[in-house]
Amino acid sequence: MRIELEKRAERSKTLAWASPVIAVLATMVTGGLIFAALGKPPLAALWVFFVEPFASLWSLEELVVKATPLILIGVGLSVAYRANVWNIGAEGQLTAGALLGSTVPILFNAWNTPATLLAMLVLGAIGGMLWALIPAVLKIKAGANEILVSLMLVYVAQLLLDWLVRGPWRDPHGYNFPKSVAFENWQTMPTIGEGRLNLGIFIAVLIAVVLAVVMRRTIKGYEVRVMGEAPRAGRFAGFSADRMVLFSFLLSGGLAGLAGVIEVASTVGQLQPNISPGYGFTAIIVAFLGRLDPVGVVIAALMLAASYLGGEAAQIALGISDKAARVFQGVLLFWVLACDTLILYRPRLVRGPTAEAAR
Amino acid sequence: MTIDASALQAVLLTIVTASTPLLLAALGELVTERAGVLNLGVEGMMVMGAVAGFAVALTTGNPYLGVVAAALAGAALAAPFGFLTLNLVANQVATGLALTLLGLGLSGLIGEAFVGQPGVRLAKLHIPGLSDLPFVGPLLFGQDLLVYLSIALAVAVWRFLFASRAGLVLRAVGDNHASAHALGYSVVRVRWAAVLFGGALAGLGGGYLSLAYTPQWIENMTAGRGWIALALVVFSSWRPGRLVIGAYLFGAVTILGFFVQGLGVGVPAQLLSALPYLVTVVALVAISRRRGRGDAAPACLGKSFVPDR
Repeated sequence: MRIELEKRAERSKTLAWASPVIAVLATMVTGGLIFAALGKPPLAALWVFFVEPFASLWSLEELVVKATPLILIGVGLSVAYRANVWNIGAEGQLTAGALLGSTVPILFNAWNTPATLLAMLVLGAIGGMLWALIPAVLKIKAGANEILVSLMLVYVAQLLLDWLVRGPWRDPHGYNFPKSVAFENWQTMPTIGEGRLNLGIFIAVLIAVVLAVVMRRTIKGYEVRVMGEAPRAGRFAGFSADRMVLFSFLLSGGLAGLAGVIEVASTVGQLQPNISPGYGFTAIIVAFLGRLDPVGVVIAALMLAASYLGGEAAQIALGISDKAARVFQGVLLFWVLACDTLILYRPRLVRGPTAEAAR
Repeated sequence: MTIDASALQAVLLTIVTASTPLLLAALGELVTERAGVLNLGVEGMMVMGAVAGFAVALTTGNPYLGVVAAALAGAALAAPFGFLTLNLVANQVATGLALTLLGLGLSGLIGEAFVGQPGVRLAKLHIPGLSDLPFVGPLLFGQDLLVYLSIALAVAVWRFLFASRAGLVLRAVGDNHASAHALGYSVVRVRWAAVLFGGALAGLGGGYLSLAYTPQWIENMTAGRGWIALALVVFSSWRPGRLVIGAYLFGAVTILGFFVQGLGVGVPAQLLSALPYLVTVVALVAISRRRGRGDAAPACLGKSFVPDR
């Protein structure tokens, strides 16, 4: 018994929509099995994990707050992956953006103008771009593998952050905790309402919409798709592979940096050794679940944000380890990739000898 | 400043223990990549090997059962990767990333019960006479099983790839899958074997960390070593001999960093911790710039294969 793939005459439009949905359902079934294996009631656990995050106003707000960095990073990565450029170091670019953006509140603490926050956001994006520039340039100039270089720089960025908050940037009045000074209210994102909801989500959605238009309606979007799917054809059309690497890294790195500075200037409120629960890696899943499409990414980001919330809720309500959320995220990406095969191929179960043996 | 022989010996011994997990994991990935499959899930498979090895060694009290469990856990995690990339022709880069994320999550979940528990250490083998030799004895003849196994496997992989028929087939599959298929070899089956072998060795590498390097379980204890192993494969130009040299050079650089720190030089600890990652980047750049003839990656590396009928 084995599986044979039969290429479809054209990609299935129905399945292109349905595959992420099938993947999510399959993840829930897998999740239920994992809960059962952990000795927890599967249905109750699934309810806490996947439904409750959407069920109250408080959690919806929190959902949007957690989705903000995932959208920002996810849309950037979706463009890069479309171009077949593999930036997997978004977590490092997020950290670098947070660092450069935080120079304003930490080094120029008294500078209180309406432009302060704007300067922080711009510096955050620049920080992410600079960090992403390293793998891009090493790829273009030396042919160094961008996957490995961008990933190595995640560790370097996190260690740099660690050194700064334990050393030169530590709050002198902070009782020796490894934290920077707390940001003042003019150095943080304006909040909406009473909770933690802030301006960040609007920036994120706006950027997603802009990128959706760019990808669908402009030459640049066309260039990205051609260079990803048929680089040879792209070169004949006069597009440069090197420029595409640079563009993809600057865009995805800049957005990751922006996500980083928004995160420290809103929910975190200062620099500390841990500023992100792995948003840069989760955003990789978001990009694929969103079918590498900016609009899809927004929906996928809400899904993955729910898994963070669901993980916290399941820990409190049912004593399920918060690590379960990470397992779900990994399982989800597996199912997404498996289901994507269905768009291009029709799988068939075949009994008997292989094609080779039959010849 | 004088360094006495026992201090030097201690440094050399640590270099061996720092290099072995990298060598094991990278050796597995080398075979996988020679068959044309890029598995970026080494970090995930390693960390699963670490937790499985630790858990089994602790519950049974037998570190050798832990070693077996580590290899099995790595191979088991490689199986879904094999199914997706080989049978369902999913994108290898994305699937490998999924494997790493899954391995890190799953190991954290499984390992939660074992945090803070003292582990079982893999015994150093004692060869009467030889391991009692001054200086070189403990270095060459007093290591644990996995150290010897890693070197033996390096030789075996080298012999297999370049002096056996099966190795020739494996390389053919990695270099030109269409031709290998036309000659009647099952590309998918060869690649499945290579993927499982890669998983088992990554698992062993992880097991070495939790059974010999630091016999305990810490979440994410691989700390990027799986990625460094991937870089070592590139660095070695897909050759087992250069891989051994690369792994040991790498282990040496890492340990010398800590040694310098021990001398009380005023360098931030974080900079020394960052050293392995920075060295990896520099090595990748250096090797990519001066790649000679015959040093290229397997031609079909990372490419999916669907047989046409």
